[in-house]
Amino acid sequence: IMASSYGAKEEDGHHPGSAGLGGAAIRTKKPDNTAFKQQRLPAWQPILTAGTVLPAFFIIGLIFIPIGIGLYVTSNNIKEFELDYTGTDMSSPCFNCSQSWNSTNTCKCELFFSLDQPFESNVFMYYGLSNFYQNHRRYVKSRDDSQLNGDERSLKEPSKECEPYRTNENKPIAPCGAIANSMFNDTLDLFYIDPNGKKRPISLTKKGIAWWTDKHVKFRNPGGSNSNLTTVFKDTAKPVNWHKPVYELDVDIENNGFINEDFIVWMRTAALPTFRKLYRIIQKNNDMTPTLPRGNYSLAVTYNYPVRSFEGRKRMILSTISWMGGKNPFLGIAYITVGSICFFLGVVLLFIHHKYGNRNNSSDIAS
Amino acid sequence: LMTRSPNWFSYEKRVDSRTIYVGHRPCPDTEAFIPSKFCDNRIVSSKYTVWNFLPKNLFEQFRRIANFYFLIIFLVQVIVDTPTSPVTSGLPLFFVITVTAIKQGYEDCLRHKADNEVNKYLVTVLEDGRSVKKESEKIKVGDVVEVVEDETFPCDLILLQSSREDGTCFVTTASLDGESNHKTHYTVPDTEKDLQALTATIECEQPQPDLYKFVGRMHIYKPEQEPAVRSLGPENLLLKGATLKNTKKIYGVAVYTGMETKMALNYQGKSQKRSAVEKSINAFLLVYLCILISKAVVCTTLKYVWQSKEGQDEPWYNQKTQKEKDTNMYLKMFTDFLSFMVLFNFIIPVSMYVTVEMQKFLGSFFITWDKDFFDPEIQEGALVNTSDLNEELGQVEYVFTDKTGTLTQNNMEFIECCIDGFQYKHRDTWSEVDGFTVTDGPVNKLQQKEKEELFLRALCLCHTVQVKEAGSEEVLTDQVDGIDEMRPQLEEERGFIASSPDEIALVKGAMKYGFTFLGLESKSMKIKNRENNIEEYKLLHVLNFDPVRRRMSVIVQTKSGETLLFCKGADSSIFPRVKPEEVDRIRMHVERNATEGYRTLCVAFKQLSAEEYAVADTGLREARLALQDREEKLIAVYNQVETGMSLIGATAVEDRLQEEAAETMEALQGAGMKVWVLTGDKMETAKSTCYACRLFQRGTELLELTLRTLEDERLKREEKLRELLQEYHRKAVQDAPPVKAGVTRSWSTANQDYGFIIDGATLSIVMNPQHEVDASQYKSLFLQICQNCTAVLCCRMAPLQKAQIVKMVKTSKGSPITLSIGDGANDVSMILEAHVGIGKEGRQAVRNSDYAIPKLKHLKKLLLAHGHLYYVRIAHLVQYFFYKNLCFILPQFLYQFFCGYSQQPLYDAAYLTMYNICFTSMPILAYSLLEQHISIEILLDNATLYREIANNAMLRWRPFLYWTLLGIFQGLLFFFGVRFLFSNPALQDNGQVFGNWSYGTIVFTVLVFTVTLKLALDTRHWTWINHFVIWGSLAFYVFFSFFWGGIIWPFLKQQRLYFVFANMLSSVSAWLVIIILIILSLLPEILLVVLRKPRGPHSRQVYLSLPFPFWILPFYHIHPILCYSP
Repeated sequence: IMASSYGAKEEDGHHPGSAGLGGAAIRTKKPDNTAFKQQRLPAWQPILTAGTVLPAFFIIGLIFIPIGIGLYVTSNNIKEFELDYTGTDMSSPCFNCSQSWNSTNTCKCELFFSLDQPFESNVFMYYGLSNFYQNHRRYVKSRDDSQLNGDERSLKEPSKECEPYRTNENKPIAPCGAIANSMFNDTLDLFYIDPNGKKRPISLTKKGIAWWTDKHVKFRNPGGSNSNLTTVFKDTAKPVNWHKPVYELDVDIENNGFINEDFIVWMRTAALPTFRKLYRIIQKNNDMTPTLPRGNYSLAVTYNYPVRSFEGRKRMILSTISWMGGKNPFLGIAYITVGSICFFLGVVLLFIHHKYGNRNNSSDIAS
Repeated sequence: LMTRSPNWFSYEKRVDSRTIYVGHRPCPDTEAFIPSKFCDNRIVSSKYTVWNFLPKNLFEQFRRIANFYFLIIFLVQVIVDTPTSPVTSGLPLFFVITVTAIKQGYEDCLRHKADNEVNKYLVTVLEDGRSVKKESEKIKVGDVVEVVEDETFPCDLILLQSSREDGTCFVTTASLDGESNHKTHYTVPDTEKDLQALTATIECEQPQPDLYKFVGRMHIYKPEQEPAVRSLGPENLLLKGATLKNTKKIYGVAVYTGMETKMALNYQGKSQKRSAVEKSINAFLLVYLCILISKAVVCTTLKYVWQSKEGQDEPWYNQKTQKEKDTNMYLKMFTDFLSFMVLFNFIIPVSMYVTVEMQKFLGSFFITWDKDFFDPEIQEGALVNTSDLNEELGQVEYVFTDKTGTLTQNNMEFIECCIDGFQYKHRDTWSEVDGFTVTDGPVNKLQQKEKEELFLRALCLCHTVQVKEAGSEEVLTDQVDGIDEMRPQLEEERGFIASSPDEIALVKGAMKYGFTFLGLESKSMKIKNRENNIEEYKLLHVLNFDPVRRRMSVIVQTKSGETLLFCKGADSSIFPRVKPEEVDRIRMHVERNATEGYRTLCVAFKQLSAEEYAVADTGLREARLALQDREEKLIAVYNQVETGMSLIGATAVEDRLQEEAAETMEALQGAGMKVWVLTGDKMETAKSTCYACRLFQRGTELLELTLRTLEDERLKREEKLRELLQEYHRKAVQDAPPVKAGVTRSWSTANQDYGFIIDGATLSIVMNPQHEVDASQYKSLFLQICQNCTAVLCCRMAPLQKAQIVKMVKTSKGSPITLSIGDGANDVSMILEAHVGIGKEGRQAVRNSDYAIPKLKHLKKLLLAHGHLYYVRIAHLVQYFFYKNLCFILPQFLYQFFCGYSQQPLYDAAYLTMYNICFTSMPILAYSLLEQHISIEILLDNATLYREIANNAMLRWRPFLYWTLLGIFQGLLFFFGVRFLFSNPALQDNGQVFGNWSYGTIVFTVLVFTVTLKLALDTRHWTWINHFVIWGSLAFYVFFSFFWGGIIWPFLKQQRLYFVFANMLSSVSAWLVIIILIILSLLPEILLVVLRKPRGPHSRQVYLSLPFPFWILPFYHIHPILCYSP
């Protein structure tokens, strides 16, 4: 069928020169002479040669190495103290607590430690868990975000994803799901033991440990303006493993129910099986004394959270924070390494380029 | 032609014929009138109806392996509890299926419309003496239909009556076979002028698809007379789809209707040609499928190993549901396996198929848009019939070209003739009336004049040329004033119509010398002789030309009652049929003409006595009436008649070379392609054309394998053949220095070039020797010789032999990509056979070709520029797609090792879905449409560049391995870079920590930027479109991430990404890790680009001579293709 368009050939072939005159009659199919259709769009044709890339290598090297050094120094200046209080060891004060897990009796233990260096500025207190698969698929999806967002219907009828932590004794669980159910519930208190041997409690702030958007938008208590959470949650059951219902997490109404910051922090599932979560902040009180001076401290643990069954570990971490976050030498090392590699390659390339360039020239002349 | 339809043979085997009652009138003495059932005249080219569209279309779409695979993945996601929602794979699949369905539905709609137009067209049917207007679809077999000028025939008709006096009509079959010349069809002899009174039956064969074959018989019943029988042939049959020309009105009886017409039977899709790239894609796909399955197997196994440790499978904080606990362990394992498959299935992207299709479809527009392919003479540009093969144009290794009409213009001019051994040449001296002079030897004037006139009469009579009627389409000068006309330009335009341009050239040649053919009117041919007297001859028989006999004859009766036979044909077919002593005088001239590149024909004549004629006449009539084996019988009679003739002379007609034929051929050879000329012409002519096209050069040693070289007293033909083959093999293959792949003449001038010549007869011995066992040996010897020759000439080829040769090369070792180019019906078989078929100009070839170009010279740009670019583009597209999905999925796979093999996806579902659809699809599409790594001018100027992509260079395993390793390297880097960062997840300056979705988002951000920038690095041709899509994609990703994380989406079950992206950007560490990972991922790439240096002085010279050093192109990294050392 397409061939028919060529049909005029026989007749027209005998009219060299008449094609232009007959153009009015014959619908011309001459392609448009546009840059796009003729593949002649103006184009930038970058050429990566040793000459153009070499400066880039040097520039990368020269920028990355200082950044890396800065990062490394920053990371090194961050003070971090870690204390494992799992109590797997017989000698550990928490050994007894870790052996028996009784949900009714609270078990307390106290660990002593000393800081060799004073912690300046704000100190962040984390708890760390190991071998805890918060990123397991079954676990990650076991939550109901619309319930946590204050949706009344989801409160009464939690999502199926929450199974088997969806209902208890025919009452919907609030908050439902495995994540909420397994919320970290050890209480950690920190005491400074001054040189006289007197224990002074260190005040721990629990505000500002969760993402602002989580606390103010993503998580919301049901019942809107109803500030009496007891009535709001009255037809729900507490998660099976919890000691107290969700509306008794804190006395502060701004930090109770679903918007309890400890809860919100826990609900942000960790990426890796060994993780840390922000627990408390120790605010710097005045400019003169360090937040945590050198000396002896004690950590009082209300040991509720069992980790022995899955060979987990629990840690308490004290850390200062810089502009890049917590202590992590990786970035600094990475930047220094990449910067050095680039710089080194730049030198090698310069050498090769120089040599080859000469050879090129000579061969050009020769030919 | 033979390959057109699979049910070809079944038609031939069916012997039963159909009987048609003209006008549905019962016939007196046959058995009772049984109106037999034939199908109606409705044409159905559409595939679907409104009702069956959905199921049928879906069924057809899911028959494609890829679609089926994605459907299975989707179903698994629906049924099994899988990590990602069914939407992630369902949405792209739905998109693809819908788009395809809409496209096909639209196309079918158009077909419905076209069908309706044809079916509802009003035609005039004679019914009981009245003309009745009827819709075309209501025509029944046996109806008498009226067709007026310029109308197309509504069904296959037997011509009963024409408005022309001589009972002929003219048609063009341009829309059927592309041949645009007028063809003459004849009414059935002796039918009644009054169709109403005609009582007749037609007996003809059952419908069969061959357009040029028809056998039938017509019984005409007249009251009180024996029924007359007339034979019917293709010349009586008017095909549906052809157009009536030059004739006011005809009547015909419908014999085949609707789907049984020859046009409908020919309306079968051509067999699909698959490109080598597609095969590579499938091979790579298989590798990736293996990777996918092994990943799933590894994860499943490790999952159960991991779970076997106490406390891991079901810790207190992460209890299973009751349902999960109840599930059978093995079933659980299986569903786990499926879940992993689903999780990793993005490694084989559905979007690649869409992108490849789009690239091919859109990319082919650049061919049709190219104004360089536009030929002002025929007002046509290039035509793309298949977009699937664009990239094959960049992979051609063998070019098979037809000679006549392809290498040459097929625009014949009469140059000289030789009468009775004397050469006559036309001189442009108009002072002499005829300019017809003897150029050699003294002549006996009187006797010679007689011979001259006989020769010229023969030229005037022995043909099938039609004179075009005045006032039809061209303004013609008065037909009679041809010779004395002082305007040669107009004289040449005298309207002759013939199926072969040779004939017109001959008739015009005779005209120059004083004998003008005035036309054929009611079986009498009129010619005007030198004395301006009109001579009249009665045309008794035409013994048609056919390519097997290679000659044609006419039998005419002079006024004085003498019966003469004139015959013209190829020397090889005439010489054996004339007296040997006459041959010698003329052979010399013929051979000389042939070496000069002219087409020669010999003319012979014979006087038939009354008895001889009677025998011939009855023989011909009987053969023409035969229903079966008519062709064979006719040929037998022809051969019997065309004997004992006497040779009068020979003609030489020049067929000029196409524009830039030599340059084109040189460029193709420079590009490493082997050019084979396959022609039906004789050896000498073809050889001289080859020299003219510079396929053979002065230094080329010709290896000849023809009947002539096979003649040997001592040996039989076949033994001689074996001997020669072995000798040539020794010469061309064994003794030749080992030639580096792809390097031929232009770079290795020191080597001896060989050209190979074979003719059809010898080829058939090679292909089918007497002993079966020799066949493979001969073939391999032949192929090896040919492969070491720079050019191969195959002359005296039958159309099928052309296809045979193409097939032989195509299936030889390494299965090279072949391209056939031709213009005539005899090239169709080879065009269909080759990987890429190119039709030239407007003939049947165009319809069967994959690409059509107006001129031979366009082949150069089509292959060297378009083909090269398309190949590079699509190869890069394919490799890039696999690469970007490998480094997309690898981190997800690695993450399984850190999440207890729980199939936890690393990325959010939105990212999983959008990655291939939105974030990374447009830049590569733009690249694959616009990239010009080397500008078109340079590609055209340096044919050798074509060799760099030869043998599928960019889609071999090594480049594939390179891309795969790059993907693995980057995937590892992305994952572990972020993994080390997350060894302390407190990444914000307020001490807050990041969770798993932040982890995934950082990896994903690095991924999107890296793969996009990697493409940016590869882009050598940055148009504003490239800038727009590359930077636009990245901007879109950032915008989308903000948007997606900025709102609590009510339809989502989980608000996983809520403010994750924004929080990520507020962390300096995240920024720093993203930047360093991107740079580190691209570093090896940049390094390779810079380090890539051509080695060896030769290549450097080549490259340094070019305006810019494109040897640094990224995709050349790992092939040593640039390293030609001499």
